[in-house]
Amino acid sequence: MDKENCLGWLKGGKMYALNFDENLCTTCPTGDCLVKCQYMDVEKDTAVEEMVKISRGEDSFVFKDCVTCYGCEEYCKRGNHPFYLITERREEKGILTSPRAITKQWINIGEPQGKYRLGKVKEKVLSFGFMPEFLKWVRGRLFEDVMPSFIFGQEFFCNVVYIHFANTSIIKERLPMVVDNFKKLGVKEVVFIHDECYGAFAHLAPAYGIKVPFKSIHYFEYLYKRLQELKDEIRPLNIKVAYQRPCSSRLSSDKHHFVADIMELIGVDLVEREYQGENALCCGGIFSMCFGYDLANDVQKRNIDDMAANGAEYCVFNCPACQSTLGEKVAKRGIKPVHMIDICRMAIGEK
Amino acid sequence: MKYEEIVHRCFRCGYCKLTSDYTDFNCPAYRKFRFETYSPGGRMWLIRAWLNNEIKNSERFQDILFSCATCANCVEHCVFVFSEDLVNIFIAAREEMVNKGIIPPAVRDYLKNIRINGNPYKEPQDERGKWADGTSVETYKDQDYLFYVGCVGSYDERAKKIARVVGNLLLEAGISIGILGDKEKCDGNEVRALGEAGLFQFLAEENIAYFKELGVKRIITLDPHAFNAFKNDYPGLGGEFEVYHYTQILAPLIKSKKIPLAEYKAKITFHDPCYLGRHNGEYDAPRKILGAIPGVEMVEMEQNRENAFCCGGGGGNFFTDILGGGEDSPNRIRVQGALDTGAQIIAVACPQCAKMMEDAIKSEELDDRLEVLDVAEIVSRALS
Amino acid sequence: MTDITQALAEIVGEGYVSDQPEEAYFYARDPGLMPAHEPDYVVVPKTAEEIQKVVRLANRDKIPIVPMGAGMALTGLVIPLKGGIVIDMKRMTGILAINEKARLVIVEGGISQGLLKAYLEKNYPKLRHSIPDSPATATIAANVMIHGQGRLSQQYGFNSDMVAGLEVVLPSGEICKIGSCSISPDWFSKGAPMPDLSGLFLGWFGATGIITKVALKLYPKKKMRDVEIFITDMEEIVPDIVHELTYTEMVEDITVFAQPLPMIFRDNHHITIFFTGDTDTELEFKRKMVWDALDRFIKSKDGGFMGVPPVMKPTLLDSPQRSVTRFADVKKGGGFEYSGPIILVEKYPECSRKIRELAEKYDLGYSGMARIIGRGHCMMYGFAFTFNRADPDMMERTRKALHEVSEYALEAGGVFWKPTVNEQKMALDKMDPNTRNLMGMIKKNIDPNGIMNPGNWEVN
Repeated sequence: MDKENCLGWLKGGKMYALNFDENLCTTCPTGDCLVKCQYMDVEKDTAVEEMVKISRGEDSFVFKDCVTCYGCEEYCKRGNHPFYLITERREEKGILTSPRAITKQWINIGEPQGKYRLGKVKEKVLSFGFMPEFLKWVRGRLFEDVMPSFIFGQEFFCNVVYIHFANTSIIKERLPMVVDNFKKLGVKEVVFIHDECYGAFAHLAPAYGIKVPFKSIHYFEYLYKRLQELKDEIRPLNIKVAYQRPCSSRLSSDKHHFVADIMELIGVDLVEREYQGENALCCGGIFSMCFGYDLANDVQKRNIDDMAANGAEYCVFNCPACQSTLGEKVAKRGIKPVHMIDICRMAIGEK
Repeated sequence: MKYEEIVHRCFRCGYCKLTSDYTDFNCPAYRKFRFETYSPGGRMWLIRAWLNNEIKNSERFQDILFSCATCANCVEHCVFVFSEDLVNIFIAAREEMVNKGIIPPAVRDYLKNIRINGNPYKEPQDERGKWADGTSVETYKDQDYLFYVGCVGSYDERAKKIARVVGNLLLEAGISIGILGDKEKCDGNEVRALGEAGLFQFLAEENIAYFKELGVKRIITLDPHAFNAFKNDYPGLGGEFEVYHYTQILAPLIKSKKIPLAEYKAKITFHDPCYLGRHNGEYDAPRKILGAIPGVEMVEMEQNRENAFCCGGGGGNFFTDILGGGEDSPNRIRVQGALDTGAQIIAVACPQCAKMMEDAIKSEELDDRLEVLDVAEIVSRALS
Repeated sequence: MTDITQALAEIVGEGYVSDQPEEAYFYARDPGLMPAHEPDYVVVPKTAEEIQKVVRLANRDKIPIVPMGAGMALTGLVIPLKGGIVIDMKRMTGILAINEKARLVIVEGGISQGLLKAYLEKNYPKLRHSIPDSPATATIAANVMIHGQGRLSQQYGFNSDMVAGLEVVLPSGEICKIGSCSISPDWFSKGAPMPDLSGLFLGWFGATGIITKVALKLYPKKKMRDVEIFITDMEEIVPDIVHELTYTEMVEDITVFAQPLPMIFRDNHHITIFFTGDTDTELEFKRKMVWDALDRFIKSKDGGFMGVPPVMKPTLLDSPQRSVTRFADVKKGGGFEYSGPIILVEKYPECSRKIRELAEKYDLGYSGMARIIGRGHCMMYGFAFTFNRADPDMMERTRKALHEVSEYALEAGGVFWKPTVNEQKMALDKMDPNTRNLMGMIKKNIDPNGIMNPGNWEVN
């Protein structure tokens, strides 16, 4: 692979390149990646055409119109990585999604500081990534079989968020070091409490050929199993909830079914609504930072109107960042914001 | 000196002497003396100056250090990360002064009396359990709880009445308690606060050994000061006990109607004792008790809970009186605050506060408008 | 007890006068970097009449007098450079009158910012004053005396512009009313439509008189308040951003900060925008106006609104912001000082470059903090350095850096805010000679014995 066509990044003699098969696009019967996009209006033929252009390094309107919702990573059922590719190409071409200051700020936040925190780490460990909320939220019987085996800090931060900012270089630089940090701890199984971290190790890392020397477990799966073990203690909550699906869950769409499974287990009515499943809308946090008021406001309004119209009493969040962005706004509409962990704890009488 | 590495970090910004909403100055010594030197920031800067030999251990310096009521308002409101250690720093400086033997006479006398008599009142040890005469409170054998009364509850006439009421209430509620009587020793909380670390350790170790010998597992204290020592300082010396202030025992008993209450019509304001409230975070138990009495109307003083204004008796001042009297003395300011609420009763949960507030009511000539009652005394009046 | 001590005790009461080494030590310094100088006496009076008597005594015996609020200027303005009597004003905390409809309050000269805030919140929830970010103990009178700025300075100018009348004790001991209150029972103007005599006192740091009462303008307080932070990595566009924001007429306060730590703040300039509303609709309307005003910067990718997480909002919306005070402990050393020239907003980029240059040169922790005054008429740019009080070398490096700031600020067209004695001398040297002479004449005539905060604003 010559330098011009290289999608990878060289670090310490090791090349990490995106596994992208253009042929899968040229033979794609649906163009779902862009056809299903909720922020662009694209026909099948155009979709295929644009993805091929993008693959070949040509210009495309997609670079301008893509709002970085990650959705196409889920829509593509052929094993390709349309969003990672768009991100790679944007970076190569210097097309910014976010203001430089925002990108710099986020890169600075994620820089390892040597201030990580370790619990009593065992072979099975809970990863809080770099989400301080989990230091407070992860407690009680749901976690007692693993806690206090946990890790937290920039040293264990997956860095995937930078794909919002058209910056995969930083991911390819840092993610292998994060893998190394896990490796040094000798862990065998990691339960990722942050959805995006799970996506990083189960989805993005393989797409770039980054080897992950441990088993990644999504916390939904973990919670579901724990709730089954604690089945006798579950008191059905009998409430109606809307689920706020985060962008990151597009990287682990095979785990999305656990939302419905868990809700059923704890006696919660997951309301049917327009913006669910593949049609889920972004919380708007990244949109506002990258694109300004109108897009974020429009998406948030439609999303919350949809929750309210379908009678949701609670809004269940998967990602703390979504909760931070939307929590107050849903609360103002009379819908109580609650994290998935907390609603599960409510069901076993802990909250 | 312990904490020497922190002393220079005070910016003397003054948040420490305010309430959280800035309603008023809330440091008892500063309210009294009004020189910055008597504020927590002043103490920090002067301690540093003393350690650097820029000032001497003068009579005034001693007054400045020992007038601190250790009420922890500064701990609550200081904006810096070392806020937790402010009172500890002042106590550490007192320790240095005690070690050098240059301390106010009143402090010296207090410590001497504890050392010689085992109590600050110079009363005989065998009188210590007399407060229980005429009650059904028995000597501790193997009861569920040790009821620890402390020096004030054992010897002070007003406090003895409170001790009797609490003891009787606990028994009537079916709580199995026993006292140490003439075997009870000073808990040492004020000894520690006044900087006599060695004597405190001696008292604590004696108490711990004796409690263990008796098989004590759980302790109910009359006095929040003893509660504080047992809860926070004894564990470090090997004394791990379940420790409760008596209000923490009464509150659930009242909630579950094990102590049935009749109507008692009164407008009451509760004065938070610093060693129950700010030092140990217990603001609710006394309020739950009072709030459960039919007919009681609870009103809060402007400065309450985390922002409560100290009566001025803490940190040994109850005995040494270094804060002194006068119009600007903390207890007199506090009863004026209570008067502003329109309450008829100031409820207290500490025998030292009870005495301080009663003295202030006399000085302010408010005897006909305000009454000081311990929470237990109010419950006792409301018993059906 | 000396005769003076005895005489002072007779005025303020024995408990409120000290000639002891402990008070001498404490009142000899402030939390900044200026050299200490001990007072001979400290008094804590309760009334203007007591102050009047103290001043008469001092004038008779030519004893220097320094009035002091919380002593938080950090530039040594209450350090008694020539000894004498420090008058700690903080027993005078009365709120004497309030006119809700006219939005005016009259307070005593020692009341703190925090106490007035708490009083208004409890009793007049629709009124507020322009609270600065100095600690809540800072006093109203001292703040207007130093031409402080606060939460409402972007809308209404310096806090001293919000004065509606003064009572001062002159160096001769007379109690003098300034403004409408000199001929009317009502305190609503510090000067207009008459000659504005408040200028004889405001900004003089007590060198011409002691403020014992202040009438202060109050302003509407909306039920809700929110904050957004716009960030950019281009210091040169900060003045344009401020210009757009002030044009909207939607904003309460605008501050700008840039600092290397914590990491979240590295590399960027943060324009903190506060706005208020009585309803969600009003608040959201203002928010949109603010976002729209800066949309072109987002489109060009030169700036954007960072997400302000709910957990960060209480810190930002705090009034005063306690986090500002915490800057003093960044180096675990309890010290910070800043030189805060008042300067045009267009000078932001060079101020920003200067502070980085000095921080690097002297190896110091820093924060560049600006507050917009008026609709962008000028700003206070704070060159703030944090230092460890137990590290003499770091303190010396900070002094040097601040001295360079002073030289730079004058060159850049700035005017010192709450200047140190050295900066006052630099300012007087640069001042138009006729203006300097006028200041000298005023001082000489008002305070012929030179007893009032001597060393400050001395025209030789």
